[in-house]
Amino acid sequence: MSDVRKHYIQILVENRFGVLSRVAGLFSARGFNIDSLSVAPGIDPSVSQMTIETQGDDHVMEQIIKQLNKLIDVIKVVDLTEFSFLCRETILIRVNTTTRPGDREEAFRIVEIFRSKIVDSSPTTYTIEVTGDEDKIEAILNFLKPLGIKDVIRSGKVAIAREDQRASGKSSKPAVDGELSYPRS
Amino acid sequence: MKMNGAEMLLESLKREKVSHIFGYPGGVVLPIFDALYKDPSLQVILTRHEQGAVHAAEGYARSTNTVGVVLVTSGPGATNTLTGLADANMDSIPLVVITGQVPTKMIGNDAFQEADIIGMSRSCTKHNFLVRKIADLPKIIKEAFYIARTGRPGPVLIDFPKDVILEKAEFHYPETVSIRSYNPTIQGNRWQIRKAAQAILKARKPVLYAGGGIISSGAHKELLELVNLANIPTTLTLMGLGAIPGDSPRFLGMLGMHGTYAANMAIHHADVLIAVGVRFDDRVTGKIAEFSPHSKVIHIDIDPTSIRKNFHVEVPIVGDAKTILKDLIEELREISGSEDAFRHFDPWVEQTHEWEKEHPLVYSFDKEVIKPQYVIEKIYQYTQGDCIVSTDVGQHQMWTAQFFKFISPNTWLTSGGLGTMGYGFPAAIGAQKAFPNKRVIAITGEGSFLMNVQELATVVSLDLPVKIVILNNQYLGMVRQWQEFFYGSRYSSSFIGQSPDFVKLAEAFGAAGLRATRPEQVEDVILDGFSRRGPVLMEFQVDPEENVFPMVPAGGSNIEMIFESPGEKDDPKKRDSILTA
Repeated sequence: MSDVRKHYIQILVENRFGVLSRVAGLFSARGFNIDSLSVAPGIDPSVSQMTIETQGDDHVMEQIIKQLNKLIDVIKVVDLTEFSFLCRETILIRVNTTTRPGDREEAFRIVEIFRSKIVDSSPTTYTIEVTGDEDKIEAILNFLKPLGIKDVIRSGKVAIAREDQRASGKSSKPAVDGELSYPRS
Repeated sequence: MKMNGAEMLLESLKREKVSHIFGYPGGVVLPIFDALYKDPSLQVILTRHEQGAVHAAEGYARSTNTVGVVLVTSGPGATNTLTGLADANMDSIPLVVITGQVPTKMIGNDAFQEADIIGMSRSCTKHNFLVRKIADLPKIIKEAFYIARTGRPGPVLIDFPKDVILEKAEFHYPETVSIRSYNPTIQGNRWQIRKAAQAILKARKPVLYAGGGIISSGAHKELLELVNLANIPTTLTLMGLGAIPGDSPRFLGMLGMHGTYAANMAIHHADVLIAVGVRFDDRVTGKIAEFSPHSKVIHIDIDPTSIRKNFHVEVPIVGDAKTILKDLIEELREISGSEDAFRHFDPWVEQTHEWEKEHPLVYSFDKEVIKPQYVIEKIYQYTQGDCIVSTDVGQHQMWTAQFFKFISPNTWLTSGGLGTMGYGFPAAIGAQKAFPNKRVIAITGEGSFLMNVQELATVVSLDLPVKIVILNNQYLGMVRQWQEFFYGSRYSSSFIGQSPDFVKLAEAFGAAGLRATRPEQVEDVILDGFSRRGPVLMEFQVDPEENVFPMVPAGGSNIEMIFESPGEKDDPKKRDSILTA
């Protein structure tokens, strides 16, 4: 058995009533994990883009990809982990700024260092918006922790393959060459 | 011309060449039933329960290899279809099930007879649709039939709100259908087929393991051609019975939990396993780690998710069984040069015959009490296999699978994947409707039969000549068998001896009822019952404690077959007079 690894799956679906619950229902019915999920319409409004963060060994991932492809409303499935790809998440953090003297300035400095933004402010808190990959998000959360984090809202991850690879536009290939004579889309 | 939703539905169904609808009326679908009243070209088969309607449509679909159609109302009408939908989904039976729904504006308001059938049926259908605008209806129907019958077939549900049923619009039925996100693979990959052919030629001990996919694809001729050309011993799954004739010399019988010794041994010792239209179900494989441990596996299936779902495969080929088998036969002919190339399988074929002789399917005949297997054998002898047989689920199902020889495909209707008690009798109704002049037999147990007994009213009112054979052993037999073997003979809730008087029951519904209580009456009852023209119920009071053998205990390896009950070894009476089937 191969190792359990994190995977990012990009799914193109028909932008239709009920499609999200088909995808989510598939994961729960077959015992697959969803670590994060984001979904929104694409450039073509008849299509929605989903990014699902999941984990599994090769066998589980093969089934996830195949089962997703089997859903009638799914147009295309790409396991981005097979490619070089970019992954980002946006989070909103509300942090205390008056626990200790100097905290307000400290929070401001951290925001500068991480090139993030203060999007709301009250006499006792800042609300900070950060976008970045997993490492960056973890790092800023660690820096802000001593100030006292009141709330964190995460968008879930979105991911995209790098341009040179996207150009080929291919779906995730079957685990053995030739299993499908005509890969979907 | 403008039509309302109900009229449009019927017109669309006719375009899909539908002639029979299995259904049950109710509040929100009244306009559709009203339209049906005015249009005699579509025949409604009124069952007495919505579950019966779905199973009947399954029987119709399986026996004709077309799409079965069901029409029911909202709420309870819709939820009563769920077991049938799950059954059809597991066994890949193409259905289009139309459910009424409360008016669009009331959806979500807990209206009278409202149920979220789209949500509930999502995981037990191949796909489902909610009709939101009347203009969408023709396209939805077209797509529903296309999805139901293509690829790996399955049930599709269309939820149809009352206000949309009454809405009017111009009717345009699409000529063609194309769904960008649904393109089943038909053609097998050439290179994979070549690899498969090479593996078969190089084999010493090949076995063909074929299933329901052969029936769905209509690939039985190709399968038989391959078996005969390449001289390969063949076993079939429960769903595949009839794919090659049951009396064919290369046929080893069914494999798996209640499969034959020869089939399970052949699979175990095979060096190349050619799996076609099968899904390596746990009732087939037993302990998966010990299933066919020495073989190189070629797996042909139209559903990519079936491949490597629970078993390793060396040569996967996705596509339609018929198309791929044709190509494979051609490839084998080309690279083998002559049919003599397969003569080196002769010793292996001989070995499988040895296994057949070593442990044939047997039961001990008894002069005092009717053995259920004896009844099945007598029915087979009487009909010579020229009939359609349905079963329910349990011991009688396994005995029928073992002792009845199915000669042609689409003549065997059984609930394989879901194991639905109550399936068999309504399924026989569907088949009889499709083939009014063919002999249709529902073989059942007293437990299963009572689960959809209300359909007796259907066969009587439609005067359908379905023959019902009840093997009454007073127990939920398969449950009792497991309790005997694995639960210290503690027969918890499996004794159902207080059954009704089945003869009187049949008569109360207006059908004929016959009963046999002793072995010498069996043939007479069969002769009498089968020669009558209307519906006949035949009850055979059989040995209450007869078991199904061979048996692989759940989770055990397929070569660890049990041939007798735990206590039976010491009973000399039972060891006598072994009769071979």
